[in-house]
Amino acid sequence: MGYVAPMTLSASDLAISRGGVRVLENLNLTLAPGQALILRGPNGIGKTTLLRTLSGLQPPLAGTIAGADDRIAYAGHSDGIKPTLTVTENLNFWARVFGTSSIQVALDSFRLADLADRPAGALSAGQKRRLGLSRLLLTGRAIWILDEPTVSLDTSAIAMFADAVRAHLGQGGSAMIATHIDLGLDAEVMELGPFKAVPPPLDDFDGAFA
Amino acid sequence: MNALLARDLKLALRAGGGFGLGLAFFLIVTVLVPLGVGPQSALLGTIAPGILWLGALLACLLSLDRLLALDWEDGTLDLLATAPLPLEAAVSIKALAHWITTGLPLVLAAPVLGILLNLPAPGYFWMVVSLALGTPALSVIGTFGAALTVGLKRGGLLLSLLVLPLYVPTLIFGAEVARRGAAGMDIATPALMLAGITAATIALLPFASAAVLRVNLR
Repeated sequence: MGYVAPMTLSASDLAISRGGVRVLENLNLTLAPGQALILRGPNGIGKTTLLRTLSGLQPPLAGTIAGADDRIAYAGHSDGIKPTLTVTENLNFWARVFGTSSIQVALDSFRLADLADRPAGALSAGQKRRLGLSRLLLTGRAIWILDEPTVSLDTSAIAMFADAVRAHLGQGGSAMIATHIDLGLDAEVMELGPFKAVPPPLDDFDGAFA
Repeated sequence: MNALLARDLKLALRAGGGFGLGLAFFLIVTVLVPLGVGPQSALLGTIAPGILWLGALLACLLSLDRLLALDWEDGTLDLLATAPLPLEAAVSIKALAHWITTGLPLVLAAPVLGILLNLPAPGYFWMVVSLALGTPALSVIGTFGAALTVGLKRGGLLLSLLVLPLYVPTLIFGAEVARRGAAGMDIATPALMLAGITAATIALLPFASAAVLRVNLR
């Protein structure tokens, strides 16, 4: 199963801000179908802000984003799981929101079948994460934007996740992932450090009298 | 949209969902009023419509702070904002779910509590009608307040302060319908005003709620 009309996500001359402070600027990137892009950079550089901007959750300060409309599946730091609903109920909800009929692919890919009738509140942190990531398979969206997806996953679960991403890329999907670990993917790495915004020059009041 | 409604109703009925809390609060308030006022059945009958309306108002307020805050905390709102469902529809559905779990039980319980307050016989029908017309507006206005305060820690008190003044027109015309009904007077004018307020809030406020929610998600 491939994706309908896969599109290239591109951003040009992007500048983004967090809490009113400009964090990244002059950012150009493209994400073609079948491509994975890993974002790297120290804490606070603006990885999360960049991913949220590309997902349309906040507007950019400057620059344009193309090819993002209704094609993005976003997975942030929190999984959006309701603790009182079972694993199946949680997945069914997202499947219905995105108009997908079966949740079987999500249960299989992240080995959740044994946990299907458990309330999500009774899952361990890693199992919750697996549930949150399996939701991506139900969206039917071609561009995955993932923010630290491997937090609290063990080695075998990380392999499961990498397989899911690989399968997604194989179907013509694309993925942008902010992570610090090596997923073993054939992916381009983008270092965000060089795009750090330069603070505006201070009004040099004393300098005028020097 | 059905999925979101079904999920919200299911969550309300599960442990900690808060279904029935508003109703229980309404019950307790109306039981306490006769104890405070004393055994003066004529006086109670006069103030009954106002007390029932005030009780319904406060009961609605009680469950508002969880309306969007829970979805915000666990990241569901971020995911919903990137889902195919427009945010305007999502907040409308959430308001509807709030009305079904809070407003509708109040409408149904009001006649029973009217007995406790010695509501005059002609008043029961119009009491139910006025609440049925007015409580949807309470849920929609409340959703707007919840959207405004969604990112704030301890936003509950601020939410009450923001929302209660917005409830004033609904309270005035709602209580007026119930009072006139109880006194056997013509109710057409306040009932139309009440219905108009409800229709206008349902039509317009979801856009405002979705807009402030988008700002709060940044």
